[in-house]
Formats: sequence, C-alpha cells, structure tokens
Amino acid sequence: MYGKGIFKGMWVTLKHFVATFTDDFRMIGRKYNKAEGIEYRMSKDVKGIFSIQYPEEKMPVPEEFRFIPFLLYDTNEDGTEQIRCTSCGICAKVCPPQCIWIEQTTNPDTGRPVPEPVEFFVDIDICMNCGYCAEYCPFDAIKMDHDYEMASFDRIDAHIFNKEKLLKPAEYYAEIRPLNWEREEIIRKEKAEKKKAAEAAKAARAAAKAEAAGAE
Amino acid sequence: MTEELVVTLSALETRFPDVVKKDERKGYEGFLVDTKNLVEVATVIRDELGYDYLSSVTGVDYLEEELLEVVYHFYRSTGGKSLVLSVQVPRKKAVVPSLYDLFISADFQEREAWDLYGIKFEGHPDLRRILMWEGFEGFPMRKDYQEAFFVEDQKPFANRWPEGKVFRSEDENQFGKNVQYPKGFDKPKKWDPEEEDLLYAGLQELGKKDSGDLATDHVVVNMGPQHPSTHGVFRMAVVLDGERIVALKPVMGYLHRNHEKIGERNTYLHNIPFTDRLDYLSSMVNNHGYVLAVEKLLGKKGAVPERAEYIRVIMSELTRVSNHLWAIGFLLNDLGAFFTPSLYAIEERELILDIFEATTGARMMNNYFRFGGVARDFPPGVLEKLNSIVFERLPRKVDELDVYLTDNEVVASRTKGVGVLSPEEAIAHGVGGPVLRASGVPYDVRRADPYSIYDRFDFDVAVRYHGDCYDRYIIRIDEIRQSLRILQQALKDIPEGPVLLKNPYNIRVPEGESYGRVEAPKGELGFYIVSDGTANPYRYHVRAPSFVNLTALEKMCVGQLVADAVVVLGSIDIVLGEVDR
Ligand code: SF4
Ligand code: SF4
Repeated sequence: MYGKGIFKGMWVTLKHFVATFTDDFRMIGRKYNKAEGIEYRMSKDVKGIFSIQYPEEKMPVPEEFRFIPFLLYDTNEDGTEQIRCTSCGICAKVCPPQCIWIEQTTNPDTGRPVPEPVEFFVDIDICMNCGYCAEYCPFDAIKMDHDYEMASFDRIDAHIFNKEKLLKPAEYYAEIRPLNWEREEIIRKEKAEKKKAAEAAKAARAAAKAEAAGAE
Repeated sequence: MTEELVVTLSALETRFPDVVKKDERKGYEGFLVDTKNLVEVATVIRDELGYDYLSSVTGVDYLEEELLEVVYHFYRSTGGKSLVLSVQVPRKKAVVPSLYDLFISADFQEREAWDLYGIKFEGHPDLRRILMWEGFEGFPMRKDYQEAFFVEDQKPFANRWPEGKVFRSEDENQFGKNVQYPKGFDKPKKWDPEEEDLLYAGLQELGKKDSGDLATDHVVVNMGPQHPSTHGVFRMAVVLDGERIVALKPVMGYLHRNHEKIGERNTYLHNIPFTDRLDYLSSMVNNHGYVLAVEKLLGKKGAVPERAEYIRVIMSELTRVSNHLWAIGFLLNDLGAFFTPSLYAIEERELILDIFEATTGARMMNNYFRFGGVARDFPPGVLEKLNSIVFERLPRKVDELDVYLTDNEVVASRTKGVGVLSPEEAIAHGVGGPVLRASGVPYDVRRADPYSIYDRFDFDVAVRYHGDCYDRYIIRIDEIRQSLRILQQALKDIPEGPVLLKNPYNIRVPEGESYGRVEAPKGELGFYIVSDGTANPYRYHVRAPSFVNLTALEKMCVGQLVADAVVVLGSIDIVLGEVDR
C-alpha cells in the first residue's frame, strides 16, 4: 500500500518524540543540570533527545582529553618554584606545525647550556592539539590542558602564550589527570632515586680517590 | 615479489622485451616503461592480464636526476596485489601520453599531476588546473618550488630551538615576496581568467552532443561554491536544457592547502595528525592507511603487537559506522527531509565520539595511531561502554533507521533509478567503496587485499546491484551491520598485551617506495610514499577516495534533473578536506 513506508517512518518519529517526555518524566529532578543526568545522557540507555545544554550544562571531559599544552612547575619545600622543563628542545622538534619556540641560554662562566628555558612560546592559533609535545617530553614538563574555553577578542597578542602564561603547578596536572599522574610519578621517583644513587656512588668514588691520594 | 607479479612480469617481458624493465632502484617494486610504449603496455595490462582498475596516478619529482616520474597503480577488480608501472620523462620536457581513453579514472588524477608537477598528458581532453586557482603560476609540488612563508626545506626548523625568537608568519609576509604571480597579474586590465573560459567552452562542447532535433538554448548554472547542497565549498558547473542536465563539470580546490607539500616538509611522525584533517569524518582510518604505508617500509621495526591490531580494527570500524551514519543523515537532508533523520543518525555518532574522546583525547582529530601500534590503551571503563554500545544499542538503532527510511515511498521515488552507474562504468571511473559496491562490484580492500588482521574476521562484502542512489543509500546500512559484526568479534577476541613497543620521535625509514591502502568509509584510500632514507618523506601522495569518486559525477548526472544532481552528490558522500587536500 502506498504510504505505508511513510506511516512507519512517522511512527518512529512519534515514538522518539514521546520517549523524550516519558524519559524526562521518569528521571524527573535527576536528568537536567545534574552530573548524574549528564552521565545518563551519555550512556547507551538514553531515549529520545539527549542534547546537553551548553553552556548551562557541560559535558565532563575525559582524562585523556587534550587541548593546548601547558608547562609544569613543582613547588619545593622552601616555597620556590622549580620549572620541570630543561629546554632540551624535543617538543619543538616533534611539534608538527612548529608552533613551539624555545629560547635557551648558556652559562657565561662555563659556556654550557642552562637547563631551564629563558623563554618558551606556544602560538595557540597554530597549535593543532595533537598532543605530541606532551607525549614525547622526556621530563614530563609539558602536558595537555583540559581548559577549552579560550575565546578572546584579541587574536594577536593574547594568542601567543609565553612562559609565564603557560606555567601551571604540578598539582593542577595531578587534579586533571589523576591516572596519568600516578603512573608517571612512580617512574619519576624511580628515576630520581637512581640518579641519587649514581650521584652518591660518584661522590663515594671521588672520596675514595681523594683518600687514596692522601695516603700516598 | 609475489608469485602473481612474477607471472605478470614474464608475460610483460615476453610481450615487450626491452620496453618493460624491473625497477632496479633500492626498495622499489614496480616496472619501468618507456614513455612511447605506455599506452600499448597499459592496453595489454587491461585487456590481457586483467588489471582493469587504475587506482592511482602519482607524479614524483626526482630533482637530482632531472627527471619527473609518473607512477601508476593497477589492480584487478577481482582482487589481489598491485601492479606498479612508472614512466620517466626529463624535467624540461615532461610529456606523457594520457591513459584517459583506457581508464577514465586517470581524468582528475592526471589533471592533478599536471597542476602540481607540470607533467603534460598528451591526449587528455580537458587538461586544466584542478586544485590550484586559475591565475596561479608555477608547479607547487616540484622540489624547487618554495611556497609563501617558506622557512626551510624540512622540519624541524632551526629557528624554533635553541634560539626561538617568536614571530607570526603573517607579519613577515610582504606582498610579492615569496608569492609568485604571472607577470602583470596584480594589474589586469580586465579580470579574465583563461581557465574559466576553457571550462565553459568545454561544457558547451559537451552540451552540443545531446541537443536532439529541436534546437534549444542551453543555460549554464553554477551550483556552488557556496551552496547548501555541496557539503562544503564545491562547485558544479552544469549546462541545462530545460531542467535536464546535458553536461556537468565539477570545480574544486577551494579548500586546497597543498597537504602533500606540507607532508614532504614534515617528518614521518608529523604527518599522522595531518592525515586526520583529510577526511575529517573518518580520521582514524586515514591514520591507518598512512601508518601502514610507513610500516611496510620499516619492515620488522614496524611490527605491531596483537592487541594494537585489534584496537586498530575496532577504531577503524567504529569510524566507518560513524561516517556512514553521517552520510545517510545528510543524504536525507539533500533529499529535503531536513534534519530529523540526520539528527537521529548523528545522535548515535555522538556516542561513538564520546568513546573516541575518552581513548584518543579528541572527538575528531584523533591522532591515535603510531608506527608499530597505537598511542595508548583503552582507559579504564571505556571497553565496557564500548561493549554496551556495540552489542546493545547500535544494532537496535540501525534497525530503527532501516524501518524509518528504507520503505519510505518519498525516499524511494527520489532515489530509485537516479544516477545509475553500471559496474563496467564504475570500474573504468575508478570509483571505490560504497559507490563501487552499490554498482554490483564486490570489491572491498579488506577482502581483496587484506591488511592488518581483517582476514581473521567473518563478514560479508555488502553488494547491491542497481547502481542508483537508492542502492548507494541502502548499502551504507548494510555496511554498518557488517562493521558491527566485525566489532563484535574483535571485542570478544581482543587479547591482553602491550599496544606499542617503542615510540621514538626521530624514526628513520629505509629507502624505497611503498603504497599503503585501506578501505576507508568512502572508498580506497591510498598513501604513496617514497623514502630516501632521511627523517622526512621524499614523496608523500594521498589517493583520496572522494576525489577519485567525483570522476564519475558527470556520468551519473547527465540526463538527470538538476534537482537530482544534489542527491547524486549526496550519495557519493564527499568530504572536501580530502577532495581538495
Ligand atoms: S618541555 Fe620537555 S621536551 Fe620541551 S624543551 Fe622542555 S623538557 Fe624538553
Ligand atoms: S599539541 Fe601538538 S601542535 Fe600543539 S604545541 Fe604540542 S606538539 Fe605542537
């Protein structure tokens, strides 16, 4: 019969339409503006329309979500800030659109590079949010952020982030990516211990040498 | 060399002694052919050896040898490995006979090689620029061409580290410097681009053929570049007789950014996120094609752990499902069923994108595959959600979509018998994917030339036989069902283990050429890579399925009503990010 297909289609639309309201009714007070409701609307069980009303409601971002990198600093016990970046330049090399600019200095006395960047720029207009810088940094010094609301009126100066603007405390990182943080901290601790042990061994060796020299 | 190729070679060598030679360069796998015998050899290949599907035509510039090369990849439409032919011509006098008469699929690809390399294809009926704009001077893919904002030949750029004094390229550019225009271009007396005239002249020529007994005037209509039906910036120049289309030429390149030139400046690793931006609705399949091509060259170093192979298949099939949902939704939009069907389809896609976001870090620009694996394993909780969607929700929703649209009389009357493409025409035009299979050719790279671990799964190649828009719609529903079958098997069998063994940032790739191809949701996606052993690819070419599928647009549209051109275009399912590259 002509029109049967159209009727079947309309029936699907009607079901979908009604389902939205029955679902609202069933979840009354729980569906909108609640974390629980948002999670429900992102699950397999949701029926009818399941839009999330941005900006009144926001989808929680998953841990791996990435947007624009930032630099990490640790706070030492005495309150001083220790930037993790050693200005090794790997992130600038792996950055596909080449939007990372790092300025390194050398110590005027020894002529060797200082392991901290003088300046660090990320041109966020060009950054393609690929996450390579965070993935390949050997010192866990640069990580991808979760903050995606960065619209601004000034396209020119506001969009080249310098070191000051890029720096965020390590605790912030621990907060947005707890699982990654945990995993990396274990490795970092191990590395630090190894380094300490190596240094102690070196010192002991030097001391022994000095002693031997003294005995002669 | 595979057995198949040995047989082919001996057949070719006995037929053409001294003309067809094995390519002896290190890591190359094809045959070198003399320019003057190309057409003859190609005819034998097609008619006697059965290689009836010309997949890819690629220009390469060997600057040091002063040579330009054209590489052809032929396949049998019944399946199997490729046959690669190359011809070499001097850079100064780059003329190659066109294969247009044998394989219409060479049409756009030869125009592309002309546009970007300046290789003249003798005998091509319409050799105009295709991606660059009509006032452009020079051939941008040649190795000695330098683009605007040129910094260095290869990344990483030395001015980024250790003395990174930041500046914005826009501030550096002075008009004229680094930008090349033909003489007198910025002060033309009259804006009169030659290529446009050629386009219209060509159209009128095509239109003349069909005018019948009663002489009527034809009208030229430009649909696009800004037109809601074209899914982006794309133009169809059509000649109309009343409401009937008598000739049509697609005009593209509005979104051109010379992806391939960028790719040759990049290191191998840099290119993975760039491939995301080709067909941005199916990023991870693009990743897959590219890493396959590079892994082929890497050999043992590029071995992929089991679990990573499963994750790759899972991600590729999810991508296919989400892409087809989108394609179906927007085909219905083109039919005039505004937004209800497309939003029903896109809703399900959103749930898939949630999974992508949790795993890869982004909803669309995933950048997830690495050489020798994938970037990271599924985070906790994602597999459960994936299982619940693949086993419970999606099968139900696909059936619902089927009930919703398939029997609808309006859909049927608008699409049945519209834009018919016969199997022979489909093969000759080199179309791929759902468009090819809807014409009754059961060709799917996952079966015809299995890659990754697709040979382990039980699934059918979806085929439909009418070759019209209705079949191109319904085959996408079939394919979603098959993808769900693959997904369900993969999710059941996925082993534990590492997903990536080593992840160095500065890989070097052994010398040679390789062609990696995958069955992308829109057709065969191929990456042709030439490595000279350094950290950057010497040649990086993308055989984009949407681009080649458009070759058949004219064939499908001529004789139809102008309103149906919109439906035909929708049924091909193009993405301009990939067409224009
Ligand atoms: S952020 Fe990391 S990779 Fe980049 S320079 Fe600093 S230490 Fe090196
Ligand atoms: S996210 Fe990618 S593009 Fe952005 S700064 Fe890092 S490496 Fe560069």
